[in-house]
Amino acid sequence: MISYVANRALQFALALLVASVLVFALMSILPGNAAQVALGTNATPEAVAALEARYGLNQPPLIRYVSWVGGMLTGNFGTSYVTGAAITPVIVGSVQVTGILVITAIVLAIVIAVPLGTFAALEQRNWIGVTISALSQIGIAVPNFLAAIILVIVFSLTLGWFPSQGWMAPVEGLGGFLSRLVLPVVSLALVQAAILTRYMRSAVLDVMREDYIRTARAKGLTRTKALFVHGLRNAAIPVITVAGVQLATLLVGAVIIEQIFVIPGIGSELVRAVANRDLVTVQGIVMVLVLLVLIINFIVDVLYPIVDPRIRNAS
Amino acid sequence: MGTWVAAAAASSLLLAGCSAGASDPGDEAKKDSMTIAFTAEPANLDFTTTSGIAIPEALMENVYESLVRVDGEGEIQPALAEDWDVSEDRKTYTFHLQEGVKFSNGADLTSEDVKFSYERVQDEWKNALKSKMDIVDSIETPDDLTVEISLKKPSNTWLFNLTSLVGAVFDTEGTEDLANKAIGTGPFSIEEFTRGQSIDFVARDDYWGETPAVKNVTFKYFQDAVSASNALKSGEIDVVSNLQAPELAGEFQSSDYQIISGTTNGEVVLSMNNAEGIFEDKTARAAVMHAIDRKAVLDTAWAGYGELIGSMVPPTDPYYEDLTGVWDYDPQKAKDLVREAGIDGEEFAFTVPNLPYAKAISEIVSAQLKEVGLKANIETQEFPAVWLDKTFTKHNFDMSVINHAEPRDILTVFSNDYYIGYDDSSIKKIAEKADTGTEEEYISGMKEIARTITEDAAADFLFLFPNLVIAKSDVAGVPANRVSDAFRIADLSWN
Repeated sequence: MISYVANRALQFALALLVASVLVFALMSILPGNAAQVALGTNATPEAVAALEARYGLNQPPLIRYVSWVGGMLTGNFGTSYVTGAAITPVIVGSVQVTGILVITAIVLAIVIAVPLGTFAALEQRNWIGVTISALSQIGIAVPNFLAAIILVIVFSLTLGWFPSQGWMAPVEGLGGFLSRLVLPVVSLALVQAAILTRYMRSAVLDVMREDYIRTARAKGLTRTKALFVHGLRNAAIPVITVAGVQLATLLVGAVIIEQIFVIPGIGSELVRAVANRDLVTVQGIVMVLVLLVLIINFIVDVLYPIVDPRIRNAS
Repeated sequence: MGTWVAAAAASSLLLAGCSAGASDPGDEAKKDSMTIAFTAEPANLDFTTTSGIAIPEALMENVYESLVRVDGEGEIQPALAEDWDVSEDRKTYTFHLQEGVKFSNGADLTSEDVKFSYERVQDEWKNALKSKMDIVDSIETPDDLTVEISLKKPSNTWLFNLTSLVGAVFDTEGTEDLANKAIGTGPFSIEEFTRGQSIDFVARDDYWGETPAVKNVTFKYFQDAVSASNALKSGEIDVVSNLQAPELAGEFQSSDYQIISGTTNGEVVLSMNNAEGIFEDKTARAAVMHAIDRKAVLDTAWAGYGELIGSMVPPTDPYYEDLTGVWDYDPQKAKDLVREAGIDGEEFAFTVPNLPYAKAISEIVSAQLKEVGLKANIETQEFPAVWLDKTFTKHNFDMSVINHAEPRDILTVFSNDYYIGYDDSSIKKIAEKADTGTEEEYISGMKEIARTITEDAAADFLFLFPNLVIAKSDVAGVPANRVSDAFRIADLSWN
């Protein structure tokens, strides 16, 4: 188990290193002068040169890379060319917002998907099971930005139940926070719930065909009881994997959802930074996203053997 | 069955939260506050070091004031200066300051503050617009309420320039943290600035002028025009300033809303590289001028909002002249000119910034050019980075299209080293004479310049970018024309 975790940790560190090199290299070969963009069309060549010097843009790439990575290791993501402010607090603040959004969405998706998927499997031949399957198929096909637009039109513009945009921190008012959270979270969660429902359904169906369920039933348990006592834990493994992957895609989906709902999360920051050619900020945000995705994968990897002893023993 | 219970509990909790919050974006104290949507967001609050329209748009005339301001008709009006005298040789301006003006930090406005602010433009500003103050020779402060500014030479543009951000007056003790703290003499102070999201303004009790009707004004920033118009429809905001998607305006044609379409300083220019390539030849440029149906371009690309101008001068400038008749839409003449220039069927690079209006324009323009035998290879360039680099800085283009939004920028755009590459030897002397001459000489000189540039077919002035504002019907005082950098909120009120 320890060597398994150590192995995964090593992979984690390596991936992070490779990502940092890639991100830095990609940003460096982008066309356009960041200092010129920051200063606009009226900038004099002297002003551009001064800004380049101030932020070390005129230094060789290797030195810039080392100082960038060195800064990040101490929690300093640098200073934005555009705002002139430190990037770290911006990233920390926006990650919190996106974190709330994404975690609420995945929890909601699981809360919807686990019972629905299980039910769809148990009632496989029933009209309820068929309906759930069909609905989840439709849900998968709907991109979450489309879900967001439909939700806004229905629940915000027509019914007026929720605001169509904006964000409020929970400390500023729980009601305001929740009312602004609902539409973005639901638009993110619906698609995920649909995907997870299908996985849950097929996982339960697979488990139901296992010998130990047959044994349990032979001992007199009902189908449902056998599943709940012996099967769900096994069915959870593929669902955990998928939920982990989903969490990563949710982070990406949040970029669009944050735009639609004007939410100050990491996605909005990224779009803004890209538009302003604020390269240090873009680099920082991309690295944080990479880090988050890697952490999620790492947790999923470590969760496996805990949930499934067979993997633990095999490693 | 634990899962089922948990699911039910969670859903009901969520629903409870929702209904509790649903009434939240409510109408309480509505008559005291107003929320306005903007597109360009300020990176910080310091326009002395950061360029772009967003910061002066929020701060000028609201938080910071200048000695003079420009009204919606383009006329210069007194602001912090009650009045002013100009010396016989027109090189010295004596400004008499308003009495009893206080900064938001409680300090009194004195002539020292003006001297400090304007000298600071020359010494400390990083914003490229600082060059507008280069002409100032010396600033004297004979008493607390008098400022004497001497120029190196007479200038008609300088007083107008004072209405822009370079004219902002700061407190001598108030410039420590300009990026986060704005201390000015204006009717509002900033209560909260949430970068990238919003600015909350609150009206000052101790403002020297008339107290604003609306006490709390919020600027909210939307990168997406659809989100902004949704927010207006659902009542979360009251005004959308300068809607960047004119096709959405149609949805607001009801008695609940008002659509205001005023003018701006933004000339949408179909620029041609005058210095090299296919359009170095005036005949080739003339062919383009006759080939473009500007009315059709305006209708297709910007839903008909905007004005045809025919030159680099908006109607609010004192030297405006209707030059739309100089180059008429005449495809046959264009075809002849194409043949005469020997460029029939020739391909050229049309570099288009990836901005909504530019992309829409490029499609119809290239279709119209094709009609007369010119083949534009559209290359979409990311704005600002790629366009600024390749087209603007390296001049690597034949044709482009961009909205030149700076006020009174004709001489900037048609100077020799600007990206258009216009040979300005014929207008340079006139410009010099106009700026140093009397006001009449200024106006006639600038008219001559505008006409020369248009007749040279230096660029095709497609249309004047509109100031398209959508507001709830009971909002009053929205500035229709955007003549200066400022979005003045002191005049706003509820009917």
